[in-house]
Amino acid sequence: MNGFKIIVLAKQVPDTRNVGKDAMKEDGTVNRAVLPAIFNPEDLNALELALQVKDKYPDSEVIILTMGPPRAADIIREAIYRGADKGYLITDRRFAGSDTLATSYAISQAVKKIGDFDLIFAGRQAIDGDTAQVGPQAAEKVGIPQITYAEELISVEKEKITIKRRLENGVETVAAPMPVLITVHGSAPDCRPRHAKRLMKYKYALTKTEMKDADDLRKELVEKRPYLLIEEWSVDDIGADVKWLGLSGSPTKVKKVENIVLAAKEAKQIDTSDEQLEEFIKELIENHTIG
Amino acid sequence: MPNFYTDNEDLRFHLNHPMMKKIVDLKERNYRDKEEFDYAPHNFEDAMDSYDKVLEIVGDISGNIIAANAEEVDKEGPKVVNNEVIWAKGTQKNYDALKNAGLIGMTLPRKYNGLNFSLMPFTMTAEIVTRADASFVNIWGLQDCAETINEFASEEIKDKFLPLFNQGYSAAMALTEPDAGSDLQAVNLRGDIKATYDKETDTWYLNGVKRFITNGDADLSLVLARTEDGTTDARGLSMFLYERKSKAVTVRRIENKLGIKGSPTCELVYKNAPAKLIGDRKMGLIKYVMSLMNGARLGIGAQGVGICEAAYREALDYAKERQQFGKPIIQFPAVYEMLSMMKVKIHASRTLLYETTRFTEVYKLYDHISKERKLTPEERKEAKKYQRLADIFTPLVKLFASEYANQNAYDAIQVLGGSGYMKDYPVERIYRDARITSIYEGTSQLQVVAAIRGVDNKGYLNQIREYEKVEINDDVDYLKHKLVKMTEDFETATGEVKEKGDREFADFHARRLVEMAGNIIMGYLLLIDSNRNDDYKKYAEIFIKRTFAENKEKLEYILHSNLKDINLFRQ
Repeated sequence: MNGFKIIVLAKQVPDTRNVGKDAMKEDGTVNRAVLPAIFNPEDLNALELALQVKDKYPDSEVIILTMGPPRAADIIREAIYRGADKGYLITDRRFAGSDTLATSYAISQAVKKIGDFDLIFAGRQAIDGDTAQVGPQAAEKVGIPQITYAEELISVEKEKITIKRRLENGVETVAAPMPVLITVHGSAPDCRPRHAKRLMKYKYALTKTEMKDADDLRKELVEKRPYLLIEEWSVDDIGADVKWLGLSGSPTKVKKVENIVLAAKEAKQIDTSDEQLEEFIKELIENHTIG
Repeated sequence: MPNFYTDNEDLRFHLNHPMMKKIVDLKERNYRDKEEFDYAPHNFEDAMDSYDKVLEIVGDISGNIIAANAEEVDKEGPKVVNNEVIWAKGTQKNYDALKNAGLIGMTLPRKYNGLNFSLMPFTMTAEIVTRADASFVNIWGLQDCAETINEFASEEIKDKFLPLFNQGYSAAMALTEPDAGSDLQAVNLRGDIKATYDKETDTWYLNGVKRFITNGDADLSLVLARTEDGTTDARGLSMFLYERKSKAVTVRRIENKLGIKGSPTCELVYKNAPAKLIGDRKMGLIKYVMSLMNGARLGIGAQGVGICEAAYREALDYAKERQQFGKPIIQFPAVYEMLSMMKVKIHASRTLLYETTRFTEVYKLYDHISKERKLTPEERKEAKKYQRLADIFTPLVKLFASEYANQNAYDAIQVLGGSGYMKDYPVERIYRDARITSIYEGTSQLQVVAAIRGVDNKGYLNQIREYEKVEINDDVDYLKHKLVKMTEDFETATGEVKEKGDREFADFHARRLVEMAGNIIMGYLLLIDSNRNDDYKKYAEIFIKRTFAENKEKLEYILHSNLKDINLFRQ
């Protein structure tokens, strides 16, 4: 075989980079209605690394996997415009309220269903929750090694991948056997733009759910051109146990969300002696910055 | 994540012009490609949706890649290494991004792997790319050479070379020679490029020098050369296609220019360079270059509008931020007037640009269709009408857009003041880049020579009468009234010049007359635009009131000048 089977995990997120005053509801949850839904930025970096593998091994297959409401099919089309081959949308009301543990369980089930893969790329974290947990948890559940904070693809050989990682104090180059899950840092190359012809070809792609409201032309096209049907997977399709999903499968309970305005105007310098550090930590605890 | 298409509602407004239905229907020949090509549109709305979505890709690449590279490209520029032109790194990245997004060969038919896009979104792309980097659009825009090949070359040449464009082949048009300049009839008169046919190899060979050739070391070049021994005029020139891989051309040097520094301007020496004849012998200049040139002039029009937009945005951002005497400078009348005039010039030249693009496209489409089937008498009549309009509107848009680009760039530096004079802000680059637009592909003075025909044969006047017939919203009727008055002034001025019956006197006032006509035309176009969107009323009002006074000044000058006056100026 001259190619790899690559899965890219992606998430549709509210655009939290330009939040207005209506971004949060009074109960402290995110007001998704006013924030545009976008492709999670680091998932785009993950897609780019996957496509770079395909550039080197054109027989590779890049499969985009996302979980979310029906409108998250946008993520799959977007990835296909940029070069992914196909995608699956995990969607079911019974997933609602899933935390990172339940989500990674669902994803691991879907990944197993796809099966026979060599590489999984995922963004390091999503800009709505910033947990950076789903990728690593999914790797554990599937039972494969993981490389986090990937920044650059150094080499891809048969059954072995070498990656440069971006760490707080520098970079580290590591190699891992396949299959492996790799989470990708925002410092990795930007994702390539959409391809004009792919866009015009796949803009008609729809899920079954979307077909219900589609016009006749699109319905007809999806029937004539099977590659335009985006597959949707329910809880049953991925063989998941409902008790590990949704609110019941999610041990994370949000106690309180606070809106914090960072208003510090001046910098403060301290030296690194133990006394000064201890003093400083006390101060931070007192003014509730930490603790 | 700037997007130079979606952040500019004006582009969508022009893209959705009512005439697009006709254009797209013609371009897609009743959507016949829809079964054969999976990316072909199924109907008008579908095609327009694809244009919109693809322009969004162009806006993304322009805003995030090309604009980000512009400063480095300007600094680094291209160089010659081992007789090969190496683009600045940023230029290469820009080209790769557009190539990888499938955006080379946009207007070519799908059977040549093109997108079969209308000239409207293509011209829009040129404008958008220019806003990001005016030097880069020269390289990118040269894909227009593919259109000339598609129009005039044999099926064999088309099948072999046209699919290469979508794979990323770059192009050049090598017309000018050291002593010829815009006087292309002089090509090879002083022993420059000559084409000789060799029977044995059934190949033409080119010998001689070409100068000022943009992207001269391109993969494919269209070369104008003299084929007929003993001829001295246009009729002895033919058009050739030369492939870089033949390695028979030496890049003697790259010019060191004031602006558009990212665009390599080359001096080339052809030594027995094998080439293929495009179309018929002796038609090189008479037919093919004229077509190529009109396309190129429309391209410079788009480049001018793109520069206008870039300059305005830089000035606007700065004027909002910069505080003087306790408030942002945008609140001072002297500054906001400048900014408003910049904006109005963008709108005026843009509406003229896309009107000209539509005229050009319709007649070219009929030209292509006429090769597939016989045109009906009405279609022939229409094709003729639009060709005439395109011929007189093209020099007009080249003239106005390039002059406005220079004016906006000048004013942008003025708004930024001392800071604008520094390399720290992009306006000084925009200013340098703008300067060439009123020079190349024919100077403004030469555009006037081409445009004055539209004054003399009443082409402009007739079209102005057509615009006059368009119903305008009642509340801006007073502006239409002004345009009618301006038309009277224009007729008085042309009558006055004609009455003198002196060629030199007519040449002396030609630019004034052409500009008077242009002002009326742009005024009408803005007014007609306001029918579809109220926002344009403001631009129409400013533009018409200003040019009303400007045309009065020209008229007064013409009325008070006489044949003797020319002696005051003659050098």
